[in-house]
Order: sequence, then structure tokens, then C-alpha cells
Amino acid sequence: MAHFTKATSIKDWLNQRLAIEKVEKVMASEYWIPKNINFLWAMGMVLVITFTMLLVSGIFLLMYYQPNVNLAFDSVNYTIMREVDFGWLWRHVHGVAASVVFLIIYIHMFTAIYYGSYKKGREMIWISGMLLFVAFSAEAFSGYMLPWGQMSYWAGMVITNLFSGGSLHADGLVEWIRGDYVPAQAFLNRFFMLHVLLVPLAIIGLIGLHFGALRIPHVNNQDGEEIDFDEESKKYLAGDKAGSKVIRFANDFMSKDMLVVAIYLVFFFYLVFFHYDFAMDPVNFDPANGLKTPTHIYPEWYFLWSYEILRPFSTNIGLMAFAFAQVIFMLLPFLDRSPNTVPASRRGLFKYWFWAMLIDMIVLTAMGKVPPIEPFGTIGFYAALTFIGLWIALPIITMFEKKA
Amino acid sequence: MKNKEPLILAVVVFFTLATYYLVEPFAHSQMHKHFESEGFAYKDLPAITKTGDATRGKELVMGAGACTGCHAITSQGLQAPMDAVTSASAYGVNPPDLSNAGAVYDARFLNALIKNPAHALMVEHKFNPASGKTHPMPQFYGAGGDLDQEVADMVAYLESIAPKADKLTPTMAFETACGRCHAVHYEKWTQIGEKPAFKKKQDELAFETNVLNYQDSLAKYMGTLPPDLSIYIRSRGEHYIKTFVENPQQYLKGTAMPRVGVNAEAADKVIEYLEDSGDAKRHERESVGKNVMVYIVIFAIFALLWKREIWRDLH
Amino acid sequence: MKDNSRRGFMGKAFGAVAGVGAVASLYAMKKSWDPLPSVKAAGFTTLDMSAYKENELVVEKWRGKPIFVLKQSKEMLDTEGENMSKVTGKTTATIDKTRLIKVGDAHYMVTIGLCTHLGCIPGYNPDKKSFLCACHGGMYDDTGMVTKSPPPRGLDIPPFKIKGNTLVLGEEGPEYKKMKETGITL
Repeated sequence: MAHFTKATSIKDWLNQRLAIEKVEKVMASEYWIPKNINFLWAMGMVLVITFTMLLVSGIFLLMYYQPNVNLAFDSVNYTIMREVDFGWLWRHVHGVAASVVFLIIYIHMFTAIYYGSYKKGREMIWISGMLLFVAFSAEAFSGYMLPWGQMSYWAGMVITNLFSGGSLHADGLVEWIRGDYVPAQAFLNRFFMLHVLLVPLAIIGLIGLHFGALRIPHVNNQDGEEIDFDEESKKYLAGDKAGSKVIRFANDFMSKDMLVVAIYLVFFFYLVFFHYDFAMDPVNFDPANGLKTPTHIYPEWYFLWSYEILRPFSTNIGLMAFAFAQVIFMLLPFLDRSPNTVPASRRGLFKYWFWAMLIDMIVLTAMGKVPPIEPFGTIGFYAALTFIGLWIALPIITMFEKKA
Repeated sequence: MKNKEPLILAVVVFFTLATYYLVEPFAHSQMHKHFESEGFAYKDLPAITKTGDATRGKELVMGAGACTGCHAITSQGLQAPMDAVTSASAYGVNPPDLSNAGAVYDARFLNALIKNPAHALMVEHKFNPASGKTHPMPQFYGAGGDLDQEVADMVAYLESIAPKADKLTPTMAFETACGRCHAVHYEKWTQIGEKPAFKKKQDELAFETNVLNYQDSLAKYMGTLPPDLSIYIRSRGEHYIKTFVENPQQYLKGTAMPRVGVNAEAADKVIEYLEDSGDAKRHERESVGKNVMVYIVIFAIFALLWKREIWRDLH
Repeated sequence: MKDNSRRGFMGKAFGAVAGVGAVASLYAMKKSWDPLPSVKAAGFTTLDMSAYKENELVVEKWRGKPIFVLKQSKEMLDTEGENMSKVTGKTTATIDKTRLIKVGDAHYMVTIGLCTHLGCIPGYNPDKKSFLCACHGGMYDDTGMVTKSPPPRGLDIPPFKIKGNTLVLGEEGPEYKKMKETGITL
């Protein structure tokens, strides 16, 4: 039984009941972060801020959006864009943030790959991160259905058709997912539910897991250095701030986080107000029409690389390649056989693997958007083969990697 | 230790911009044909050679069997002989009220139109001897005098009764140029006029029935119902709309959409109307945007100063 | 620990700048909750007053709320002063007909049909010429005056403007403004 004394202040009162000082220490002032990390380590905070903006703007959109096939389009484009005060602002913030969040996720991912932040006890950080990527993808896709424009409808048609499994002809599964023979009212309603409830719940839970996974192995650093956090934090608390290799999360690293966030927000709000078109496809400003496919259909940019892995092959092989692309990143900690947790620049062949993978994914992304005509078809085909080949090569080249 | 952050930032920015370039400007250049505007000059149509006389033009326009046999000129107190729905069932589309025609349409285009509507409107693929169809607007073969002079007179008359350029509102320009085929339900516009507020459901249904009947005739005439333009400014953009109305055939070979024949000023007015409909809060967006940018830069400066203060002890 | 919790000057300044941004975004959020322009534009109802019958309660709708319209018979007008004086203790002459709206030659009770206690809809008994709110037993007479608590005041009168034989609800005419000034309605 805990012993409570008469509180001397509100802080003391709360402290006795919630241990706020302890919490503050654990979460912020004595949450030790390596000093030798660069601005790429602030992407986590940038993602938190972006996710918060998605949540807040989404709440206001949710107040006026109508998940009904007859009303959805005008509830977005008329009610929210014309009637609601600042409705346009919420929509543009939501649309731009939904696109930019993937840019930051990719930077965050490639940072982890470059610095080996998925190894030696950090596997769960990587796996929870990849689960977050899957959840964000589901969130993005379900959200894309909601304006019920031409791209919403046809993306819904095409992506749900993937679940027929090619020659398996699992048409029953496709209809089960849609709740109809085509994307219609049931489909819109259930994707609305997924977008505003189930997937966000999963995301919030996974964010908790992702942060939790970081506690025991600690944050990695840019030099592949093994830091004794206990020793270094003692040094810091003794007053040798400059000599210690660690810093407090708050306010030390937080101040740097906030600087990166601020610079990011300059870029972000420029996009929101002056360059939003890239995130809101013009074709989706035509209302959904089940009897007319748009001339060009393509997913949003962040799905293009996996879409392109599907596209150059025949149906069945394409689906297998696509499934491969969806799960393979999850397995990275186990496919990388090298014990070295150092930057890619110090890892022999892996250095080339990293840049080849990055460039190949950009090529796939570009080819996923252009119409399937030559030479793009051929480039896409070889880029897809390269992608698969790089993953097959990864265990081999890392197995022979010398100790750094 | 050397500060690698500028280099890292350069790498991140480079790959971001490269990806952006590839999926946006480059991909779209591969997807869409691009046409430059001809500046609404209508150079393919014959130049005007005669100076028109509005007084003689008036006689020709009002003359027996001439324009007012089908067209209303409400500004001059002339109503159309038939209502919009009946006209559409007879002609396929309601002939335009000519009150604003002189301000909305280019003079060179009007000249060519009166002489040969199908040619000026670029719908000869639809109305030609082989198809056996003739354009519902008959060609004007002259009233006995010099054809060129007579047509110039008629155009001069239409210009004389039209509102001056600064009096032409975006709504007037849109209704004359586009509004008989395209609805804009965000502005309550239907092909037969603005939808009023009805007290009784019966009146509303009667109006909607009229709209549907009109649309049926129109769809039969055009092959398909022309789309609602409420947010075309977002789905197509200004450049596409302007170059499309100048020459629909260059984008959609064989489309029933006629060349509209607006002059450059009226085209701007039409765009303004479409922006009011589909991008109504653009002025607010720009002014709020500027303020937010100023704020966020100040925010960034303070963030930098705070970081410096904290990190002074850490280095 | 100590020097960490005590933020330096720039920390406070940065916090203040961030606070300004947060307040500005609260403004946008507040505006997003406002009634839409289409809702505000639909806030007017016109009633044709010649259609009502004496001592027959008609419930109209204005801004989504029930509106009681009760045309007064001669008998009702005669007893009105009595009822009022019972409640207020004032002489009949001073308070006569103050809650009623005169359109043409007839007098009407026009009120928002929501009990001023907690917003239930009272029912009208034409024989007793009184309203009873079933929720908590509040009663009103045939002019909407409280005759039994708990309601704190008589039935509220909506903003109105008399236009010939019609009444426009939502607009404030001189008669309504006078009622507000004299405290007959809120």
C-alpha cells in the first residue's frame, strides 16, 4: 500500500499519484540519445508532427464528409471546399500531408537501412516500422476512396481485383471485400470505417510499439559506435556535457528536432498553399463513373514502385512479384547476414547495394507512372528484375562482408 | 569531426527532386498532349474585309426569316419564339440569346459563323453531305447585296447592342458561351437557366423535368450529355480549358463539342466563372498562405535560436 | 536536472512563438464549427397569418424548432388580463396583450414551442386554454406566460417582422425589438 502524505503543491499531489517527475525523467530529461546523430534522426519527430496534422485535419473533414456514393463527392468538393470556413485548409493539409508523410517514411526507412539501424537488438524497431508502413499504406488507400472521384473508384476497382489472385479466380473474395460486385455503397462505407477507425487505431498502437521497441536497444548513431549509455549519462549528469557522448532527449535533442520540424514545415506549408496539385490528382476531381475508365490510371506516387513490379509481368508472375515486394522489406534484418552495425559507406559491397536499391526504386517509381509504352515497358521490366535480384543477392554479399 | 549534414541534406534533396521530376512533370509530359494557345486569333478563318454598319445590320438581323426567327435578343425586348425545352427538341440545343454575343464572341469568328456555321464551329465531320446532316443553324447566303458587307453589318449590330467589355460579367460570359450545353450545379446553373428556390416540391419537380427533357434532346444531339463543369477548373486546369475551347478537335478528334469562338477577354471571364465555382476560396487561400509562410519562417528562426542556445553547452 | 527544467530565454521565446501558431489554428478550428452559409441563409420562415383558426394550436417550423401559433378568440383576449394579473400581481390594464402579436385585426400568440425550463415541447389543452410540459410539469397560459414553475420565464418569442398579412420569422421588426427592450422575451 502506497503511503500518501498531505500534498505541498499541485505538482507534489500529482507526483504522489502519477509519479510525473519519474515519467518526465524516463520519457524526456533522462531518455539518453547519442550526440553523434544528424538531422535524419529527426524524421521520427517530423512523422509525429505530420501524423498529428493528419489527425487534426481529418477530424474537421470528418465533421462534414458524407460516406454515401451520391453525396460523398459533393460533400468534399462543395461543402468542405466552398461552404465550411477553412474547410479547404483542412482538405489541403490532409491531402498534402498524406502524400508528404510517405516521403518522410521513405527517408526514415532508407536512413535506417544506410546506418544499419535494424540490427543487433533493433530488429523489432524495424519490424514495427514496416508494420507501420503497411498500416499507413492501408490508411492512404482507404482515404483515397473517400472523395469518390474517378481515381477513387478505379483505384478501388483495380486494387481489390488484385485479391482475385490471378488464375486462382478468387472472385468471391473480391466481392467479399467490396460487399458488392463493383465498388459501391457497401465498399465506400467499409473503407470509410477502415480509414477513420480501425486503421488509425492500429497506427496509434503500432506507434506505441515502435517507440517502445526503441527503449532497450537505444537510438543508433551515425558512426556505428557502441555507446555505454550508463557511463556516458553519468558523465553528463556530473556536468561534463561537452565530453559526454549522450544528450537528453528533452530539451537537448528536442531543440534540434524542432529546428528540423520547423524547416520541414516551411516546405510543407509552401506545398499546402501554393503547390498542392501533386497531392490531389486532377482526375479525381471528376465524379466516379463506373462506365468510363480514365485514360491514364496510376496509384499515388508512393505506391508506384510496387505497382511497377506488378505491371511488366503476366498476371500470375506479376502478382507473385508484387507479393514479394510487399513482404521483403520486413525481412531485411534477417536477410542481412553481416554483424556490422555501421554506415553503409564502411560495409564493402553493401554500400553499392544500398545505392543500387535506392536508384532502382526511383526508376520503378518513375516507370510506374508513365504509360506502358516503349521504352518505359522495358526499363520497368529490367528495374523489376533488378529489384528482385538485389534482394536475392543481399544475403550472399553480406555473408562475405568483412568485419568493419 | 567534419559536419556532414549539408552533404546529407543535398543527397536527400537531390533524390526527392529527381523523384518529383520523374513522377510529375516528366510523367505528365508523356501522358498528355500539350498545345499552345493560339491567343483566340482564329487565323484559320477568313479575315474581315468590310467595315460594318450597325443600322443596316439591325435590319438584317431583325429581317424576316433572319436571326430573330430562332434567336432571342432579350436586351432589345425580343423573346425567343420557342422556350428552351421546345427549341432543344427541335434543334438539339437551344439557340443562344444574342444580347451578349457581340461581347463574348470574336468578330472574325462571328463573320465566319454566319456564313458557314459548321465550318466555323469545327463540326464539319458531323454535318456534311456524306452524313446527310446539316447544322441546325442555316448558312446565310445574303439578302441580295454584297454578302461580306451584309455579314459585317450584322456583326457590327451585335457588337453595338452588346455590353462593353468591362460590363460583361463572368456569369454572362459563361452563360452565353457554355451554359446552353453545360450545367454547373455548384452555381445552381442548368442548361435552361439558373435553378430558382422553390417553395413547392411540385414546382421543383416540374423544373427538373424540364431540365431532364432538355438534357435528353441535348444528349441525342451531341451523342452524350456534355459534362457538368462545376470543378473543371480543378480537374482540367486553365490552360487545358482555354486551348480546348479554341480547338476541341486537337484534343479529342471527332468530338461533337464545337469550337466556342470566344474572344480572349471573354475566355478570361469564363475561366473566372469556373474558378468561382470550382476554386471559390482561392483568394483566401493565397492571403492565408502568405501569412502562414511569414509565421512559419519566424517560427523556424526562433527554433534555430533555441537550438543554438541549448547546444552551446553540448559541443 | 535543474538547469534542464529551467528553460533559457530562447526556449521561452520559441514556446511563445509556437503558442501564437497554436492560437491561430484554434481560430480556424472555431470557424470550421460555425453554421454553414447555407444553414444561415435558410433561417427565415414566412407565415401566412390569415390561415389560422381561433383557439387552434398550429405548430410551424423555424430553424429546426417548433413554433406555436395560436390565434386568440375574443373570449381568450378577455380573460388574458386576468391570467396575467394572477401571476404578476399587476393590474390588468398595464400588461394586457403584451405577449401577443397583432397582425391585421387579430391577435396571435407566436412562440418557440420549447419549454424554457429544459427544452421539451409542451402540449396544449384547448379546453383549459393552457400548455402543460409533460417533462417537469411546467404550465403556461394561452399567451405563453408561465402559470406554474419550474419554467423560469414565458415561452420565448422568435424574432419576427410583420409584413402585411404575413409574419417573417428570423427578421427583427420594430414590434419584436420593443418586446426585447421591455423584457417580454429574451
